[in-house]
Amino acid sequence: MYNTKVWETVMGLEVHVELATKTKIFCSCTTEFGGAPNTHCCPICTGMPGVLPSLNRAVVEYATKAGLALNCEITRYNKFDRKNYFYPDLPKAYQISQLYLPICRNGGIEIEAEDGGKKIIGIHEIHMEEDAGKLVHDPSTGSTMVDYNRCGVPLIEIVSEPDFRSANEVVRYLEKLKAILQFIGVSDCKMQEGSLRADVNLSVHPAGSEKFGTRTEMKNMNSFKAIVRAINYEAKRQIDVLEHGGEVIQETRRWDDSRDASFAMRSKEDAQDYKYFPEPDLIPIEISEEVIAETKKSLPELPEAKRQRYISELGLSEYDASQLTTSKALVDLFEQNLAAGYPAKELANWIMGEVMHMLSDSGREPEDMAFDYGYLGSLIGMVQKNEITRNTAKKVFKAVFEEGCDPVKFVEEHNLKTVTDTGAVKAAIEEVVAANQKSAEEYRSGKEKALQYLIGQSMRALRGKADPQTVTAILKEILG
Amino acid sequence: MNLESMTALELGAAIKKGEISAVEAAKFSLEQIDKYDRKFSCFVTVQDDVISRAEEVQKKICSGEYISPLAGVPMGIKDNMCQKGIQTSCGSRMLYNFKPTYSATAVELMMNAGAVPLGKLNMDEFAMGSTSETSWFGATRNPWNINCVPGGSSGGSAAAVAAGECFYSLGSDTGGSIRQPASFCGVTGIKPTYGSVSRFGLVAYASSLDQIGPIARNAADCAAVLGEIMKQDKRDNTSVETRGVDLQAVLNADVKGMRIGIPTDFFGEGLDREVAAAVEAAAKQLESMGAAVEKFDMPIVKYAIPAYYIIASAEASSNLSRYDGIKYGYRAENAADLLDLYTKTRSEGFGMEVKRRIMLGCFVLSSGYYDAYYRKALQAKALIKSAFDRAFEKYDLILGPVAPTTALKIGENLADPLKMYLGDIYTVMINLAGLPAASVPCGFDSNGMPVGMHLIGNYFDESKILGAAHAYQQVTDWHTRRPAGLNSIQTI
Repeated sequence: MYNTKVWETVMGLEVHVELATKTKIFCSCTTEFGGAPNTHCCPICTGMPGVLPSLNRAVVEYATKAGLALNCEITRYNKFDRKNYFYPDLPKAYQISQLYLPICRNGGIEIEAEDGGKKIIGIHEIHMEEDAGKLVHDPSTGSTMVDYNRCGVPLIEIVSEPDFRSANEVVRYLEKLKAILQFIGVSDCKMQEGSLRADVNLSVHPAGSEKFGTRTEMKNMNSFKAIVRAINYEAKRQIDVLEHGGEVIQETRRWDDSRDASFAMRSKEDAQDYKYFPEPDLIPIEISEEVIAETKKSLPELPEAKRQRYISELGLSEYDASQLTTSKALVDLFEQNLAAGYPAKELANWIMGEVMHMLSDSGREPEDMAFDYGYLGSLIGMVQKNEITRNTAKKVFKAVFEEGCDPVKFVEEHNLKTVTDTGAVKAAIEEVVAANQKSAEEYRSGKEKALQYLIGQSMRALRGKADPQTVTAILKEILG
Repeated sequence: MNLESMTALELGAAIKKGEISAVEAAKFSLEQIDKYDRKFSCFVTVQDDVISRAEEVQKKICSGEYISPLAGVPMGIKDNMCQKGIQTSCGSRMLYNFKPTYSATAVELMMNAGAVPLGKLNMDEFAMGSTSETSWFGATRNPWNINCVPGGSSGGSAAAVAAGECFYSLGSDTGGSIRQPASFCGVTGIKPTYGSVSRFGLVAYASSLDQIGPIARNAADCAAVLGEIMKQDKRDNTSVETRGVDLQAVLNADVKGMRIGIPTDFFGEGLDREVAAAVEAAAKQLESMGAAVEKFDMPIVKYAIPAYYIIASAEASSNLSRYDGIKYGYRAENAADLLDLYTKTRSEGFGMEVKRRIMLGCFVLSSGYYDAYYRKALQAKALIKSAFDRAFEKYDLILGPVAPTTALKIGENLADPLKMYLGDIYTVMINLAGLPAASVPCGFDSNGMPVGMHLIGNYFDESKILGAAHAYQQVTDWHTRRPAGLNSIQTI
């Protein structure tokens, strides 16, 4: 790692978020992810001659919601502009975007700073625009094909101020941003599917200096982990350049996660002139005070408010409350079962423990949890009623998480209920002791380790369905 | 029945009365096309389903489904309006093979009114030009003199009506492209208020200026067509609700008490003396019919051409970027890489005039030049608009010439684009202001070439313009004259 006492890193983020409207921004095609290539498109989103865009008002509503949730000022008089450039995934050869009058300005999110204190990351602006299609390279034929399904999916671009000083701050901001947007329902924010994409502008300068260094822009990071790696790589690269007497070139760089390195795409010299001008096919959009007031009222409880409530009203720890509220899916899982009457702390323990464990093992995001959220409650209920042991419950949860099994049925089908009949437990243990006379003798002669072995064998014979404490007690009794 | 001298409304009435069938009318038009089009090259495409469409229309007229006064009347469509399944080339090699899967709203509305489309009419490439010579498919000729241009860009639309190859046509007007060819060909054409006819399906040249309108033999026919197509359209965000055009009001209109203003600045340097004389005579005629005609100053005129060519070219450079050889239309062969494919396709697919305007447009939008050109042009546009707003506080209509000259000789302008641009002086400012304006035949020059007068109205005053034009046409016969050579021209 480089010396942060000598060099300071400054970052700003441009985050593209696909809005979760049902239809595209300028036509009535579905925004659904995937689908066979070129099945979610029409003459309008493929830019055929003579067609015109019709603005989907839901996009303006969603963008307004996002702006309000991110503490922005909403622009009353909005216009669209054209950003002109040639690329096969952009069928009109211009993107309808907003340059001169973006819908939101001057917002911000509070995050935890490196020193543990609070820090506001400023949001410079949010603008509405359309997404482009995708190029698909076919290595077998060497040809490139275009899939226009994503063309015209509505996006908002959230441009932060250059307020970040570390990769951790970037991740905390992104986690918060993601949670807020998910909570207000404007985006599913799935990085893997590209519905949240972050570009990082980064520069370094000698610590203590007021003047920022020359920045580069990094693209193509598709996970938070990749963002952290890319930031560390780029800061180190720039510092190396400067420490060897070189100059940082203003350029766009592409992160290659498989090679753990970034590569220059284009420099400022060959930067495109986008020849922005007002979009003549769309009339200006006015957003009234009433609409803004109504939208404000319609916003649900945001993650920060939830976090505070979980601590003050539900008695969760600061850490648990913070972690839970990073994800709408985790909050839904928590609150749905809370509403069904399961205790908050027990739920938080399960989520922070088993759920997080399974998520990290599977490499999945919380929003990809496919099981019925009520199953977590059923499982906790069975433990509370001593129908299954805690260990059994953990095993059952694996099936719930991975295959979406109903835990009650799963326990029955696999005969996993705790054996409560002490007679049956005793009989099984007696058999184990009889078969392991040597270990029994060792225990009697004072070897504690032998007891552990016998407990293990007994639990095995009982297929884990007995309470381990009961088993230990009975064993000791038999062994005298 | 003399179909050759009939107007669209007269033919529509005859079809309604059963004096002639839609099929017979269609056959007549196909014969006329067969007879004259090799000479004038008005049509790029003649549809092969004309008769079957006419049969279908006739049935629906009989069953009462089609009640429009134009039902069954054969129509021509400028080749920049999409028609489902029919080649829509915009007069360009770039779209020589393009068949849209959708129809323009204006075309759809005419179809719903029982129109029988004959085919697609020639035009300057992507509507850029004032002569109809820049088409990839060759130049259209003026039926009044085949050595002359028909004007442009809707040259095919105007010439086809003048030659009697169709009874009316749809044209488009970005800077005079309906009015100037109507003037050159001795027919009546109107560009309605911006936003009153949907642009959906009209291949864009300059989106903030483009507008579809009719070209026909007289004002009443134009009113009938506008009556069908002036409808607000959800598919065009810039389209607005209008009160439309009331055909009966147009037919009953007179100019008594109407205040007509004539900008003295329209009669300055560059205006042909014979054109000026014909327009002034028309003003006298209107005055004798009871209109109050008055001259006034409008010095803003001089900013119109630069403002127009900056705005139109800027929008065109963006609108035409989609023709890149990737998705449809012309694609160059043997491209080395993506950039080479773009460069070759666009170099080979576009003609000179289109390339000139794309380059001009790219230049005025480039960073560092935007404020000096584009922003200034928008300011000039706003000034022109307010100058007209002030004029319409005093006048019902503004009258002037449509073009400084009558039709020029083929090839005369092609070599000198600046001269061609100056020919648009009277028309472009109307598009910049978004106003409605018509060209109405008002005389001939000493070479026998038609002259048009420009009747400009306030926003949504199409009925007033066409009413005055109709009243004028009740007492004049300029619009009923036919090119002398028509019947003597032999089928080649």
